[in-house]
Amino acid sequence: MMNHSQPTGADYNYTIVRQFALTTVLWGIVGMSVGVLIAAQLIWPHLNFDTPWFTYSRLRPLHTNAVIFAFGTSALFATSYYVVQRTCQTRLFAPKLAAFTFWGWQAIILSAAITLPMGYTSGKEYAELEWPIDIAITIVWVSYAIVFFGTIIKRTTSHIYVANWFFGAFIITVAVLHIVNSMAVPVSLFKSYSMYSGAVDAMVQWWYGHNAVGFLLTAGFLGMMYYFVPKQAGRPVYSYRLSIVHFWALIALYIWAGPHHLHYTALPDWTQSLGMVMSLILFAPSWGGMINGIMTLSGAWHKLRTDPVLRFLVVSLSFYGMSTFEGPMMAIKTVNALSHYTDWTVGHVHSGALGWVAMVSIGSLYHLIPVLFGHGRMYSIKLVNVHFWLATIGTVLYIVSMWISGVMQGLMWRAVNADGTLTYSFVESLEASYPFYFVRFLGGCFFLTGMLIMAYNVIRTVKASKDSLPALAEAKAA
Amino acid sequence: MSSFWSIWISVLSLIVIAGCFLLLRVCSKNTTDVKEGESMGHSFDGIEELNNPLPKWWSYMFYITIVFGLVYLALFPGLGNYKGLLNWTSSNQSIGTEKGIKADSAAAIELAAKEGMYVQYDQEVKHANEKYGPIFAAYLATPLEELVKNQEALKVGGRLFLQNCAQCHGSDARGSKGFPNLTDSDWLYGGDLATIKTTIMNGRHGMMPPKGGLPIDDSEIAGLAEYVVKLSGREHDEKLAAQGQGSFMKGCFACHGMDAKGNKLMGAPNLTDDVWLYGGSRGVIEETIKHGRAGVMPAWKDVLGEEKVHVIAAYVYSLSNK
Repeated sequence: MMNHSQPTGADYNYTIVRQFALTTVLWGIVGMSVGVLIAAQLIWPHLNFDTPWFTYSRLRPLHTNAVIFAFGTSALFATSYYVVQRTCQTRLFAPKLAAFTFWGWQAIILSAAITLPMGYTSGKEYAELEWPIDIAITIVWVSYAIVFFGTIIKRTTSHIYVANWFFGAFIITVAVLHIVNSMAVPVSLFKSYSMYSGAVDAMVQWWYGHNAVGFLLTAGFLGMMYYFVPKQAGRPVYSYRLSIVHFWALIALYIWAGPHHLHYTALPDWTQSLGMVMSLILFAPSWGGMINGIMTLSGAWHKLRTDPVLRFLVVSLSFYGMSTFEGPMMAIKTVNALSHYTDWTVGHVHSGALGWVAMVSIGSLYHLIPVLFGHGRMYSIKLVNVHFWLATIGTVLYIVSMWISGVMQGLMWRAVNADGTLTYSFVESLEASYPFYFVRFLGGCFFLTGMLIMAYNVIRTVKASKDSLPALAEAKAA
Repeated sequence: MSSFWSIWISVLSLIVIAGCFLLLRVCSKNTTDVKEGESMGHSFDGIEELNNPLPKWWSYMFYITIVFGLVYLALFPGLGNYKGLLNWTSSNQSIGTEKGIKADSAAAIELAAKEGMYVQYDQEVKHANEKYGPIFAAYLATPLEELVKNQEALKVGGRLFLQNCAQCHGSDARGSKGFPNLTDSDWLYGGDLATIKTTIMNGRHGMMPPKGGLPIDDSEIAGLAEYVVKLSGREHDEKLAAQGQGSFMKGCFACHGMDAKGNKLMGAPNLTDDVWLYGGSRGVIEETIKHGRAGVMPAWKDVLGEEKVHVIAAYVYSLSNK
C-alpha cells in the first residue's frame, strides 16, 4: 500500500482515497441518471417499457440508495480517510481492513443495484436492502469505524480536529441506526419482516430515516466542509467555540427529530410534539455550521471571483443554510399539515441532496483529485466553472418547481367547497403538477450534464502527465 | 405509558434542552486563555482555528427556539404522560382506551367534553357538521326522484364520487376489470334509484363459486366457455357449445337463469349481453368458471352517512339516465 507519488512527502495511504474518490464520480453519474429517468417516468409513464424492472416503484429506491449510499457515502469514505490522515498527521490504521471497506462497499452497492430492480425490498425507506446485505453493511461499517478511530488513536497531533468530530459522530451513529432499524425476522434468503410492528415500526423507521439525513447527509458532510472550506480558502476556521456549541447541540438534538415525519398519524401526540420541538431547536445548531463555514472566508472573499472550486463549497453552504431553515419550519405541525405528502418535501430533500451534499462533495473532489494524482489543479478550471453553473441552475430549477407544485398540491388538497366537499380530486392535482414535473426533469438533466463534464475533467486530470497541471498562482496559498 | 417510562423520557428530553442552554451560556464567554479573535494555537494540516465569539444574533435565535420549545411543551402534551396546560389532544382515542369506551363514540366525545379536554378531531367534526349538516339534511329530505333534477345536488354528488368512488370505478365512472361501469344501462343489482342507494349504503358481495359449486369436471370448462360465448351472440363452435349447454344445465341456471339473463336479486350477471365485468375472451371466461370470482363493494353508510350516500345515488343514477 506504499504510495510513491506523494506531493507533500508525507507517507499517507492515498490508494484507498483515490479508489473511493473515483467511484464517487461513477456512482454519482449512475445514481443521478436513475433519478433523471424516474423524473421522466412521472411525465412519460411508458418509459418503464412495460417491464417490472424499470417500474418507478423499483427504480426509486435504486435512485435513493445509489445517491445516498453509493455516491454520498463513497465521497464520505474518500474524504474521511484523507482528512483523518492529514489532520492526525499519521498513516491510516489497518490498511488491509481499509482496503476491505472499499471492496466490501462496492460489493454492497452492486448487490443493491441487482436486488432492488428485481423487486427484493424490506419496504423501509432508505433501508430497503434485504437482511443478508444488511449484515454485510454492518460488517463493512464496523471495519470502517475500526480504521477511522484506530487512526484517530494513533494520531501525532495533540487535539482532534473538528472535522474528525463530525466524521466520528457520523460513523458511530450510522452504525447504531442501521443495526437497530434493520432488525428483522428472515423468512427466506431474500425476504424478512421487521422486528417491530405498527406505530413502533414507523417510529423506528423514521428515527433511522431522519438521522440518515442528520448524521450521514449532515454531520458527515459537515466534516468534509470543515476541512475543504478552510483548506481551499486558505483561511483559519472562523470560530472554535462555535464549532463546539453547534457540534454538541447538533448531535444531541438530531436524534430526537424523527417524529416530525409522522405528524398527524397514529403516533402518540406527545411523540409528535416532542419531535417538533426538538426539530425547531435544531435550527440554530444547524446554522452554526453554515456560519462557521461561510465566515471562514473572511478576508478571502475575492477568491470566489476566480476559484470555482471555492464557489462550489460556498454555494453548498448557502443551500445547506436554506434547507436547514426550511426543515425546522416544515417540522411545525401547522406547516406540515400543508407540506406533508406533497412535492414540497421532495424539493426540500433535493435542496439538501443536490445543493448541499452533492455540491460540497463535488467541490471537495475538485480539491482532492489533483492532490491525489500529484497535480497542482484540475485539467480544466473552465470546465469546473461550467459544472458549477450547471449544478447551480439545475438545483434551483429543481427546488423552485417542487416548491410551487408542492404548495399548489397542498392547497388543492385542502380546498373545500361551500357544501363541505373537496374542490379537487387527487387526479386534478396530479394533472396540475405536470408542468412542474417537466421543470424538475430539466433541472435533473442540468445537474447530470454537470456530472458528465466532471467525469471528463477527472479522467483528463488522472491521465495528465506529471507537472503538466501546475497550481495557479491564486490557489497556491491553499 | 407507565410512570417509569414517562419520567424517563421527560427527564431525558429536558436534559437535552437544558444541556443545549448551558452549552450556549458557557461558550458565550471566553473561558480559554486565548484572546478573542486570535488563533487557538493548534494547526491541523495547516488549518488554524480562531477564537471568535458566537455571533450575537445567532445566540439569541438559539435562546428564542429553546424558550419556544419549553413553552410549547408546557402547553401541549410532549413530556411523557403530562397532558399540557391546554388539555389539548388530537383525538379521543386515549380517553376511550383508558375508560374502555370505543373511540369516536358519542360516549367518548361526551366524556372528553366533561373532562374539559380540547379534542381537535371532535371539534373539527362538530364544526363541519354544524356548517354543512343542514345542506345535506335538506338533500336527504328531498326524495331521490326530485334530487336527480337538482343540478347543484348532482354537482355535489359528482365531487363526492370523485373523492370516494373514483378509486375503483374511475373518474369517468366507466369502471375497470372487476369494477362495474356505471355509465351503461347494464346493472348487476338493478339501476333504479332505490336499489342504487341500497347498494351504496350496504355494499355488495358478488360471489361466483369455483365452477358454480357444481359437480363440473375441468374437462367441461372449455365447452361451458364456448356456450357462454354463444350466449353473447358471437361466433362459436356449435358442437362444443352444445356440450357446454349440457354442463350449464347441471345448475348454472340456478343463478344465471334458464335464459342466462342473470338474476338481479343475487347480482348474477346477464351472460347474453356481451357486457363483461372481468373480461369476455374465452380464456378469461374459462378462468372465471374454473376459479370463481369474488367482488366486493364496501358499505358506505358508516363511512359517509346516509345524507351523502343519498346525493351520490342521485349522481350515479344520472350517469346513465341523462
